[in-house]
Amino acid sequence: MSSVPLTAYLMLALILFCIGLFGALTKRNAVIVLISIELMLNAVNINLVAFAKYSLNPGLTGQVFSLFTITVAAAEAAVGLAILIALYRNRQTVNVDEMDTMKR
Amino acid sequence: MTGEMIAFFLLALTAITGGVLLINLTNVVHMVVALIFTFIAIAGIYITLSAEFVAVVQVLIYSGAITIIMLFGIMLTRHQEKEKTAPRLKVWLAGGSIALFFIIMYGKIKDLNFGQQNAELHIDNTKKIGIELYSHYVIPFELTSVLLLVALIGSIILAKRDDDEKEAKK
Repeated sequence: MSSVPLTAYLMLALILFCIGLFGALTKRNAVIVLISIELMLNAVNINLVAFAKYSLNPGLTGQVFSLFTITVAAAEAAVGLAILIALYRNRQTVNVDEMDTMKR
Repeated sequence: MTGEMIAFFLLALTAITGGVLLINLTNVVHMVVALIFTFIAIAGIYITLSAEFVAVVQVLIYSGAITIIMLFGIMLTRHQEKEKTAPRLKVWLAGGSIALFFIIMYGKIKDLNFGQQNAELHIDNTKKIGIELYSHYVIPFELTSVLLLVALIGSIILAKRDDDEKEAKK
């Protein structure tokens, strides 16, 4: 029925994961770092859903698992942003390079 | 070149464009808006993978909730108008490592093929997921609700202004 091979989906997920990893490592704004991590989680979700359809035993397990991942990602975003706002209130910065209190 | 191929190609192009814009734009709000395109394109990718329910959840949670939360985070904190980039050495180091990672992973996945199975996941997708969630995955499902409650209370307590402590110090 379908003609898009599994490799194409895996390639897309790999490219998005690399973009997210690059953003998380090089960006200095903490909000952007958080959102890059969301992009990486999304790339992993594409893999889960792709393998749910194209593996040896196709089934719904991958889709259910990706739903759980999305839930955990949402919780992570909320807690991460709360930490960010608490940090901003104390240090007046969102720059990750200046968040080095534990290194000094 | 079937319709599914074209749809996949356009969606993948949109998703990667959004990601590249996230890396290259300088205004923080524009970065988040670029990422909305990526999230919606990924929802389209899920539909081509016959996962309609996951696609709708993706639109609701990612392009709805998480983007709005991130925009709130940007509005509540002060930013420089232009994003400064990291030191050049760090960028090259990160880029080189990621390129190496990309090449290794590409070598592994380029010949991966399990053949075409006759899966009919798109028939009654939501109903089947609901049955799975409440039969096989009922304990993780309930644990997820606990996790969400913990995240809710935890983020409220973390972000709350500590008025009591400040008054006690005075």
